Amino acid sequence: MADAHATGHVAHDAPPQLRHHFVDMEAQREASALGMWIFLVTEVLFFGGMFTAYVIYRAQYTRAFEGASNLLDLKLGAFNTVVLILSSLTMALAVWAGQQGRKNLIIAFLLATMLLGGVFLGVKAIEYTQKFQHHEVPGPHFVVPMDEETHQPLPRQSEMFFSLYFCMTGLHALHMVIGIGLLLWLVLRAQRGEFSVGYNTPVDMVGLYWHFVDIVWIYLFPLLYLLGRHTL
Amino acid sequence: MSGHGSNSGSGHGGLGAYFVVFTALMVFTGLTLWAAYQHLGIWNTPVALGIATAKAVMVALIFMHLRSSPKLTVIVVSTSVVFLAFLILITLSDYLSRPWLPIYGK
Repeated sequence: MADAHATGHVAHDAPPQLRHHFVDMEAQREASALGMWIFLVTEVLFFGGMFTAYVIYRAQYTRAFEGASNLLDLKLGAFNTVVLILSSLTMALAVWAGQQGRKNLIIAFLLATMLLGGVFLGVKAIEYTQKFQHHEVPGPHFVVPMDEETHQPLPRQSEMFFSLYFCMTGLHALHMVIGIGLLLWLVLRAQRGEFSVGYNTPVDMVGLYWHFVDIVWIYLFPLLYLLGRHTL
Repeated sequence: MSGHGSNSGSGHGGLGAYFVVFTALMVFTGLTLWAAYQHLGIWNTPVALGIATAKAVMVALIFMHLRSSPKLTVIVVSTSVVFLAFLILITLSDYLSRPWLPIYGK
């Protein structure tokens, strides 16, 4: 910020967070938001590769995918959907509290978001454990499951469904873990009083990331848990 | 940065909208659960994806403040949808059309 004053085109009352190459805080915030969105666009295509694989194999092995999907625990999946949407609400409220510069409220909503994220991951761990116990994890211990509708074994490609299930939910869970780490970093910064009405961009940007992870789950839930329910 | 200096800022005064969106997301989650058990033939998946897209759009517009973002941001976000559509549709056009041609060892 010392050189910001040297360049001379920054107002005297420029906040310390303003980098000298931006006209004002609003321009800086919009540049950050645009950068974050561009990152999220790459994330869409990152997940998009898996969604493409899912679409192709599901189109070819429809019955295997429907039958295998019906073996997922719908109650836990639906519960996690509610938990994650609730965490998006608390994240949005944390961003709102950031705009008001209300330190304690920011911290409270960030902690609530972290807690809900933790609940989501805990439920996911329970689901994964069940899959291991039922030998539904792809690999040498995989046992082709029974079709709950016909009581015949499912097609062999049901293993493919579970491969995609673990890759997609696993990558999503990794994003959750990273998100919780980012939230912890925000809590620590908020505690030091770094956020104010004039500067809350980090809360805003982590918010964008968290909501993006929520959107991924909004698609994963029907595609993984619900695709075969009408055949039951 | 085009568009800076507009009064957009970052979704000010959206507190009520957040709770409306949250309620709508909950209702839509219930709706998609109900729809999944209906016998809609080929329409089960389009309905599920339609509901999911409605939810995603609400999250993006309100929670992620896309509604009050500069046009540039909206354009950038839209490209992700366009390129995702390229990725899936062009790959599918290959896989789904392979059986049409009698090529040995395909």
